[in-house]
Amino acid sequence: MKSPRTHFRKVESINGYLFALPYIFGFLALTAYPVLYSFYLSFTNYSVLKSPQWVGIENYRELFTDDVFHTAIKNTFIYMLTAVPLGTVMAILLALLLNTKVRGMAFYRTLFFIPSLVPLIATAMLWMWVFNGEYGLLNDGLRRIGVTAPNWMGDPAWAKWTLVIMAVWGTGNAMVIYLAGLQDIPQNLYEAADLDGASPWKKTKAVTLPMLSPVIMFNGIMGMIGGLQQFALPYVMFPGGAPARSTLFVSMYLFDNAFNNQRMGFASAIGWVMFIITLILTLTALKVSDKFVVYDRS
Amino acid sequence: MKIPSSTWSLLSVAVIAYAAVALERAADRQDQTDRITITYWEKWTGSEANEMRKIVDWYNQSQSKVRVKFLSTANVDNKTRLAASGGSPPDIAGLWEHNVSSFADANALVDLTPFATADGIKQSQYIDNYWQMFSYGGKLCALPTTPSSTSMHYNRKFMPATMQSPETAPKTLEELDALVDKISLKKKDGSIQLAGFLPGEPGWWSWGWGYLFGGKLYDEKTQKLTMNCPENIAALTWVKSYTDRFGQRETQSFQSSFGNFSSPQAAFFSNKVASVIQGVWLANYIHDFAREMDWYAAPIPHPASRPDLAGTNFLGCDVMIIPKGSKHPKEAWDFIKFVQRQDVMETICAAHGKNSPLTQVSDQFFQKHMNKEIRLFDRLAREKNAVRVAKIGMFPQIQTEFNNAVQVVNLGEKTPKEALNEAQARMEPLVEKYLRYMGLKQ
Repeated sequence: MKSPRTHFRKVESINGYLFALPYIFGFLALTAYPVLYSFYLSFTNYSVLKSPQWVGIENYRELFTDDVFHTAIKNTFIYMLTAVPLGTVMAILLALLLNTKVRGMAFYRTLFFIPSLVPLIATAMLWMWVFNGEYGLLNDGLRRIGVTAPNWMGDPAWAKWTLVIMAVWGTGNAMVIYLAGLQDIPQNLYEAADLDGASPWKKTKAVTLPMLSPVIMFNGIMGMIGGLQQFALPYVMFPGGAPARSTLFVSMYLFDNAFNNQRMGFASAIGWVMFIITLILTLTALKVSDKFVVYDRS
Repeated sequence: MKIPSSTWSLLSVAVIAYAAVALERAADRQDQTDRITITYWEKWTGSEANEMRKIVDWYNQSQSKVRVKFLSTANVDNKTRLAASGGSPPDIAGLWEHNVSSFADANALVDLTPFATADGIKQSQYIDNYWQMFSYGGKLCALPTTPSSTSMHYNRKFMPATMQSPETAPKTLEELDALVDKISLKKKDGSIQLAGFLPGEPGWWSWGWGYLFGGKLYDEKTQKLTMNCPENIAALTWVKSYTDRFGQRETQSFQSSFGNFSSPQAAFFSNKVASVIQGVWLANYIHDFAREMDWYAAPIPHPASRPDLAGTNFLGCDVMIIPKGSKHPKEAWDFIKFVQRQDVMETICAAHGKNSPLTQVSDQFFQKHMNKEIRLFDRLAREKNAVRVAKIGMFPQIQTEFNNAVQVVNLGEKTPKEALNEAQARMEPLVEKYLRYMGLKQ
């Protein structure tokens, strides 16, 4: 005979599964199935209106010889490798400043966080005017101090950097996470450093940054993934990756192939290559992090 | 007993949902239950959608068997494509002419030929250049709503005394170049104050520069890509001459100061460029944003060495199709047929500020049209040199690649020949792949 305890556990498990069922169904139907199906599609020609046609590894072969894809990869990596470190440094500096005990700090914190609340399209529209070659606020300022102002959005040499500047401007989210991390650092570590006569820089180097390293790690990986997925801003500001594909990012190339060129199979292959690149970078970052991330807070 | 607030919330949601369903049903009942309702997705928003909605109301009131449900749908081509793929497309979709081939290549359209034959709708009723946009592989795939043709538009106040009318406007590209040299102005610091003409403004037909020189991007007969043909190279050399004339840096900076096309800050309205290539619709925008402007239109000039290319201009056409999988193709056709009536067609074309796609046009249409140059646009639509998109579903991708070559040349990164050779080399295998996938080539 079953004990009441066993019976209760069984009922509880059934209830648990029943409550989880909507999520499980949603996950299988709306995430797992499309992901697996896109893997299948990456080996086909598929225009949405016509059935998929098996082409083996043709899409992947094309990707490796496709100059435009290589340009998109290059642009994406240049953006990611500049925007993420610069954004990280800026966010940490801001967090350090906003962690001091100054009057009206809540106001300053809100002020620096506001940019990250602006919707992406509004951000794009705003910055398009700031970067305007003729009437832009930025160029107006540069001209006043005698600097030859570049045509930010029309010159391939400068166009990408507008996006990097915008990324640094919208670093409020990361800043708030760093701020929370800073406030979580045990005060006794600073007290011990004070007793040892450590300078502010020494305290930052020996206490703050090591204690903050798990947060830096988290934000770094999230920023890297976000950088590799950069889409909305360049898509709105630089249609087609103009000028001359200097702002064409991998996500834009994927979207164009899927929805403008109706090459769903090729677009799926791009998606899977990017997934593998992201996975490798994340795993490498996690592996490397063993050397500098401090998890032991004792 | 106190009822928890969550229960109230659930009850409220249920009541709102029930009311919404009941209202929808009541609306359907009110519209007579024996009517067949068909759905019509159309790309237009704003005033253009409102004008089409009036046509739909006119149709709904004109008979009692079918009710057309009009839905203004952004990104309508992709949404129709996905809905058709999912087996639930609208009964009618209002697309662009370049969509016809991609739907037809995939056999995703209802063939309108039997309907048209039964109802006496014939090729001879339409301007042939437009008819070529609707027919594909011997089938009638679409019929028009509003078409367009293009011309040069000149701001009279910048024109020299010898070029104050359409008759005296530049006939050749060489004359246009000379005019630009004569009337363009630079500021003291070297920046541009007025450009007589800029190929990049508005730049919507950059893909078509080669056609002005007798070239083309794709040969339908041989199914071959012709992006790097000598005429296209000559065209890009001419386009680049404008960047060289004004200076690359100065041109970039000048262009970045142009406002949106549908705003008073648009380059033509704000006296920054003296002439533009634009469509028949520009008169509407002049009326809205630069009412005081004294302007006239004339055909786009041709190279002096190619008088046979006179009349070259770019045509477009908004079309209606019945996607395969439509639940009521017969009723959908009935509405499309209604729109083809001369009086209905002229109403919608006039309301949109367009020319008519029909061969027969009433005097009243010309007299009452808001575009004073409407007869010119009607004539340009009938020109043998008028340019329409090539009949291959991936033509938009070919256009994009050509546009990129134009940018690369303008930036001085490559010569026209190098840029077009590269574009050709990149697109050739893709065209071959497309034709094979679609079963259009073995």
